[in-house]
Amino acid sequence: MAETLTHTDTHEAQGGWDGASQPFKASYGKLMMWYFLLSDAFTFSGFLIAYGTLRVSSPTWPVPDFVFSTFPGGIHHAPLIFVTLMTFILLASSFTMVRAVQEGHQENKNGVVFWMILTIIGGFAFLGCQAWEWNNLIFEESVSYHTNPFGTHTEYGTYLEGDGHDINAGDTFVPGDSYLIHNHEGEWHHLQYEVTQGEDAGMTKKQSFGPKAFGALFFCITGFHGFHVFSGVLFLLIICINAASGLYVERKNGYEMVEKIGLYWHFVDLVWVFVFLVFYLL
Amino acid sequence: MAHDYESSKKTAVKIITILAVITIAEVLFALAGKGYIIDGWHVPTAIMAGVMIIMSIAKSYLIIYEFMHMKYEVPGLVKSVLLPMFLLVWAIIAFLYEGDAWKGNRDTIKERNELEVNSLSGSTGMIYQMKKEEI
Repeated sequence: MAETLTHTDTHEAQGGWDGASQPFKASYGKLMMWYFLLSDAFTFSGFLIAYGTLRVSSPTWPVPDFVFSTFPGGIHHAPLIFVTLMTFILLASSFTMVRAVQEGHQENKNGVVFWMILTIIGGFAFLGCQAWEWNNLIFEESVSYHTNPFGTHTEYGTYLEGDGHDINAGDTFVPGDSYLIHNHEGEWHHLQYEVTQGEDAGMTKKQSFGPKAFGALFFCITGFHGFHVFSGVLFLLIICINAASGLYVERKNGYEMVEKIGLYWHFVDLVWVFVFLVFYLL
Repeated sequence: MAHDYESSKKTAVKIITILAVITIAEVLFALAGKGYIIDGWHVPTAIMAGVMIIMSIAKSYLIIYEFMHMKYEVPGLVKSVLLPMFLLVWAIIAFLYEGDAWKGNRDTIKERNELEVNSLSGSTGMIYQMKKEEI
């Protein structure tokens, strides 16, 4: 009996390691969380580099401030405002997570639970925003993984018909101007236009779809990130309940679980910095 | 200890403020550079991209070093986690170069298709093109 106790004591004193010393003076759990995050960083980098490669390989690419310009409540032409809000929600939840970890160092159970609940609310708010954004893209703007109605003009021209939204017959456009092909009850309305300058001047053409890969990349990458947020929220909930039940009060390493989920949560925020950069800013 | 706790609370507020300010600066710059804020004022894409990337890296530095406490870890841990990330530098260069080559291939295919279209003088089935007099 006495032997078992001694063994447990040494074991916990070494932060979960079996050997005589702690590699990198970090506990087993924390070090492994760092390496997991490193591998996850490579997964996300792979996705984002794939996005960059396909974007560079396409003659045109949907312009982010045209694509992401709607805001709940029927507001249009508000470029990037909604995603900026999402970024702030995630940043705020990162801050509340930092506070939870600090309260953990103080062994303040109520503080940990309070700040973790705020973090969980932030996580759900972010997921709610993402759900709205996806819903808007899929059901209002008819983007799917195989069809991308967001196109970009490559010529000068004049529209011969209007779409009943933003475009009227007679409107002119220049190369680089964006358009959205509307879908009414399953039918695509490619507007006709007349080319006014260049080799094809005088020809009548129809709006063509934008690069196919856009939808697939967007849903894949933001979906994968959203899945990370979702699983993060679940783990936050579990650890918050454990903390509230007083489980960590008796542990030798105290609130280390809170620190570990904190690392994960900050990583989710970190990935969002780059998703935000690549999809919305560039 | 109590002093430590108070100062770390202050640091957290300071870092979140800096992160928020950088984010606002990024969005304002992204919109201003494309002429949304001041009419007709544009910034070249390469400069825009460079500034955005630097700001994002600054944000990730703050998140990793301050929020994730990387600055309190021993050098070995820091190196074993951060150095592998530099492999991505080559991955980014190589893949963007590759993407650019694909673009060249696409253009070649398009040119060849157009040559064929002209010799067939019919509908391509790909592009809706009609001579104006035909409508």
